[in-house]
Amino acid sequence: MAEPGTELTMKVSLARGALGSLAFALSTGVPGIHSAAIEEGELVVRTGRDRLLALMGLLRDDPRYACEQLMDLCGVDYPARAERFEVVYNLLSVTHNHRIRVIVTTDEANPVASVHHLWPCATWWERECYDMYGVLFSGQPDLRRILTDYGFEGHPLRKDFPLTGYVEMRYDEDRRQVVYEPVKLTQDFRNFDFESPWEGILTLPGDEKAHESRQGLKLPR
Amino acid sequence: MSEIVLHEDIPEELMSADAAAEAQIRTVEIDSHALNFGPQHPSAHGVLRLVLEMEGEVVARAIPHIGLLHRGTEKLIEYKTYPKALPYFDRLDYVSPMCEEQAFALATEKLLGIDIPDRAKWIRVMFAEMTRILNHILNLTSFGLDCGALTPALWGYEEREKLIEFYEAASGARFHANYFRPGGVARDLPAGLEERIAEWARQFPRWIDDLETLLTNNRIWKQRTVGIGVFTTEQALAWGFSGPCLRASGVPWDLRRAQPYDNYDKVTFNIPVTRQGDCYDRYLVRVAEMRESVKIVEQCLAQIKPGPVRIQDHKITPPPRREMKRSMEALIHHFKLFTEGYHVPPGATYTAVESPKGEFGVYLVADGSNRPYRCKIRPTGFAHLQAIDEMSRRHMLADAVAIIGSLDLVFGEIDR
Repeated sequence: MAEPGTELTMKVSLARGALGSLAFALSTGVPGIHSAAIEEGELVVRTGRDRLLALMGLLRDDPRYACEQLMDLCGVDYPARAERFEVVYNLLSVTHNHRIRVIVTTDEANPVASVHHLWPCATWWERECYDMYGVLFSGQPDLRRILTDYGFEGHPLRKDFPLTGYVEMRYDEDRRQVVYEPVKLTQDFRNFDFESPWEGILTLPGDEKAHESRQGLKLPR
Repeated sequence: MSEIVLHEDIPEELMSADAAAEAQIRTVEIDSHALNFGPQHPSAHGVLRLVLEMEGEVVARAIPHIGLLHRGTEKLIEYKTYPKALPYFDRLDYVSPMCEEQAFALATEKLLGIDIPDRAKWIRVMFAEMTRILNHILNLTSFGLDCGALTPALWGYEEREKLIEFYEAASGARFHANYFRPGGVARDLPAGLEERIAEWARQFPRWIDDLETLLTNNRIWKQRTVGIGVFTTEQALAWGFSGPCLRASGVPWDLRRAQPYDNYDKVTFNIPVTRQGDCYDRYLVRVAEMRESVKIVEQCLAQIKPGPVRIQDHKITPPPRREMKRSMEALIHHFKLFTEGYHVPPGATYTAVESPKGEFGVYLVADGSNRPYRCKIRPTGFAHLQAIDEMSRRHMLADAVAIIGSLDLVFGEIDR
């Protein structure tokens, strides 16, 4: 009997090999895929919005992939990019014991096709993604907010949404109801810059001469 | 609107012709009511607002409204360093805190590319299994309470208290442990704790037997749970079920076995699976899982060896306290770690653990800074709660309560 540790290593390397062949099959055999690669040991597939439904149908129904479960769907915001949102689908196959991550990009205006008819659980994940980022899902009949308050405005997980939000809520004793007011902070929100000044700056303030001579930068007169 | 046919046994000769004709078949129109279940209902297991559309006493539609406990955890984590983000995970599923920490710790370790010492792995496995028992005790007993069985809850809290004391001995906190950290665990087990856990593991199976005498063959319990909230294998897979709820529907799937993490590949245990997929089966799976967890704890105690409990890279784990008083380097490391934290190289990972409720995942995106760029938490109960409409349709109102109990919902996790 092999050592438990080596057995695991073998299993892991086998799984890696299987993922690698899946990545190869996807990137060569399926049209419209931007990339399919192993990143950090996980299979990541990037595709365009227009090819998403076809790819997802294939991943669920093709026995080679057999992703019966959509475990997670979430958004990621990169404000600097032309299409600022990534929508990330984490699929799981319980028959083959592998995970496939599918990533599409979009912006505020262009909807992503809903996958709720492939996996009914996608409805709430898509609602959450819409609530948090404002990503639209076409074909989703129930695209309401889910986690935020009734009547909430804005999409809180966008990078340009402040951590403190815009409104705060309290119970007003006189009016006998809950009232919303603009956020008042008794102390400004303190966002520390933890990045060390000592590592980025080569020349310390006030120490220019010593630094120049140390670096051999000082020109001979 | 629904139609209910009433037969009345008034003798026909006493009625007018019209009334006699009407008595043959009298149609009464009953409004379908919308019933607000929660958000302050004791059986809602937290702050669930469930709008039930009722036809008489039959549930036509169940619409959950969630988010009443939404605290913006994911947003907050984006503004915290990695060590400071960890305690938020205790507060997600506050019934099984250490398992949530484990998901984040594993994800961070994966991106950092570090491997933790063997003793830390054993401690993690042992405490994760104790957490599983902690969670299942609360779930099963409060599930019983929902269905009218008061005694299990009274007994269960006593057992939970013993486990919480182990939590306290190891981490210093009863619930929000902040114990599993990237790079190992926060501190070593105090002297004598292993013996106390061993003693507890010897006597705990007897408590499970006691619990089973109260519930397993109890006629009322079976009437309330057998055949209620049946979910087939196909449904369970499509609705993203995981953990005991998936295994109760006949899928032998357990991340501890399929994708082992820490030292789960070095312990042997069985994965209980049942076929019916009803509330009773979900109960049975959890009871059987508690017995397996005790076995795993015993195996951990047998295999655990003295040694370091966190990696010795003081850029990631704090230096020993006594060194800090003497060594300049240790002091600087300590200061830097607790202010700046550590920088995680760019990358993304979806790391999942088998939490007591099912698959608890963290999708962590690092951008090379000391704060997570994005930390998506995949709560287990989110998927389970979503299926409640499908599960409770055409059931009685009281069955909806049993279904909620059997799904093991905790809103700290669902609402994040």
